[in-house]
Amino acid sequence: MTGNQNPYLPELATVTKVIEETPNIKSFQVVFNDAEKMKNFTFEPGQVGQLSVFGVGESTFVINSPPTRMEYLQFSVMKAGEVTTALHGIYEGDVIGVRAPLGNWFPYNDMKGKNILFIGGGIGLAPLRTLILYMLDNRADYKDITIIYGSRTPPDLCYKDELKEWEERSDVNLILTVDNEFPGWTKRTGFVPTVLKEEAPKADDTIAITCGPPIMIKFVLEGLAELKFPEENIITTLEARMKCGIGLCGRCNLGHKYICKDGPVFSLKQLKELPSDE
Amino acid sequence: MADKGYLPKEKIKEFVEALGKDATVFAPCLEGDTIIFRQYTPDKEISLDRPANTPPKGAIYPQCETLLSFEFKKEADNPQKMDVELKVNTDFPKAVVFGGRPCDARGFTVIDRVFIDTDTADPYYKKRRENTTIVTKCCNGPVAGCFCVGVGGGPAVTEGSDVVMTEVDGGYYLEAVTDKGKAVMSLPMIQDGASYEAKAKAANEKATAAVRNPFPEGADKISAELFDSGDFWGNVIEKCLSCGACTFLCPTCYCFNITDEQAITTGDRIRSWDSCMFQHFTLETSGHNPRPAKHKRFRNRVGHKFYYYPEKYDGAIACTGCGRCIRYCPVSVDISEIVGYLRDPKADPKAWAAKKEDAKN
Repeated sequence: MTGNQNPYLPELATVTKVIEETPNIKSFQVVFNDAEKMKNFTFEPGQVGQLSVFGVGESTFVINSPPTRMEYLQFSVMKAGEVTTALHGIYEGDVIGVRAPLGNWFPYNDMKGKNILFIGGGIGLAPLRTLILYMLDNRADYKDITIIYGSRTPPDLCYKDELKEWEERSDVNLILTVDNEFPGWTKRTGFVPTVLKEEAPKADDTIAITCGPPIMIKFVLEGLAELKFPEENIITTLEARMKCGIGLCGRCNLGHKYICKDGPVFSLKQLKELPSDE
Repeated sequence: MADKGYLPKEKIKEFVEALGKDATVFAPCLEGDTIIFRQYTPDKEISLDRPANTPPKGAIYPQCETLLSFEFKKEADNPQKMDVELKVNTDFPKAVVFGGRPCDARGFTVIDRVFIDTDTADPYYKKRRENTTIVTKCCNGPVAGCFCVGVGGGPAVTEGSDVVMTEVDGGYYLEAVTDKGKAVMSLPMIQDGASYEAKAKAANEKATAAVRNPFPEGADKISAELFDSGDFWGNVIEKCLSCGACTFLCPTCYCFNITDEQAITTGDRIRSWDSCMFQHFTLETSGHNPRPAKHKRFRNRVGHKFYYYPEKYDGAIACTGCGRCIRYCPVSVDISEIVGYLRDPKADPKAWAAKKEDAKN
């Protein structure tokens, strides 16, 4: 947390930039109003924050800028419910609340010296983005980096400028796909799990990190199992309805673990050891 | 300060009013046929005859409370800019919970582990807990549904209390459990209690022996296999109405919601008790719900109290056996029966289905 004794008390922050990523996703770059707190703020890639629109409420979003670039914190928000709709009405210069960092993070130190395979769908690229940028800022620490990313249509792809950058880099293998043919789209089509199967990346010495809609994750996990990825080398980051963000309010539990506090990052091995709601 | 005392019954009102001299007293008050924990005022009638219908949980963990207030303010020299000012108030008055039962006091210790013994302690609960003295009345015996001895409690267990009172000889034998409790013993109406100690001990032993333990001997763990059986839960909870009464009357349930309320330029962020038995509890904006069916929600509730919580807190159970969820469930779901079954090494998952069929015939 930002040093507040009260874990419910958000830090006031000003939105410095709003980026329209897709027709229903906006990214918000925010800076704490207290310059000292901004300067001293630290977090780990994969940690989340609660954004407040005062009068409407709070919701949880991953900090998708990396800790290696601290001029601002970036959050991406898909317009879906009350708080996200209110956030989409926020302009540059507006003040919101931020409670961060919350939760655990990607075990990026354990991933050093390994091949990294990112598999993302839609806004699921947001949590991967923080780790991708972190790894690109520490490129020598990691071996091959492959990113399989898809969305329904080309306009639904997030972070288009960065995708272009990654595509041009020789030390990143970016594979983009959209669900169906689309006018002007010359790259691949097909669902992310299908593309994963076609690409058939080797499981040796490789860590897979995936995030996307639940149905995509389900089939990606099946695909990774077929490719013989060990469960401990498959990492995902979860979402659930959350209120407190500090493991108290009781709604985001998987058995005795709370996604907000003990997660959101889990390996498939860890998840399989927890009781599920299925 | 003495740690033993005696209070004649006719001095109860005087005692409570003395406790309320510099504190807010929450006491079990008679309202028609029900006994409800209320902020005590002299016009209210305190009843210690049976456990209250509600636990005193709200004295330390109010059903609704303001976490913070916000105010939008326009910047004087920049009409385009709106600032936000946040205010937090944790300046709570001292309080006394009078006349709760040992199960009620233990209920606070269940919440303490989650809300206080953590690196992100809840400042509101913590402050109120520190500010509150708990004067507990030991039970003369069980009422229907009670099973405190099955979950590590008992009619005279002192855990969570500052003072415990046992009914003897037309009055109450008082024993201080903590330093906070010792301070209570110095009130002028408290008489010397040493001579009542043996009688109180005997009364408490008698009461303890009278409480049922619904759990099979030696079986203190839930069977994971049975717990994971979806069929079992479907049969157990078919009659549940998802009304949430069990959670709202529970001395240990602490799940909450946070909502904002705003009027013009000011508003509050409010924390309210919530219930894991409600469908909306885990419903996500996308429409996805990890616990869409009531048997999944009920399994989580039982799991939280008897399986997940003990896993996290060294075997401690998040149920104090007060029996309220059994007494006041509109369709008579009995958690003690269900947990007893889950712990029974000889349990047959099909037995509940058969039982349901029997009930139909």
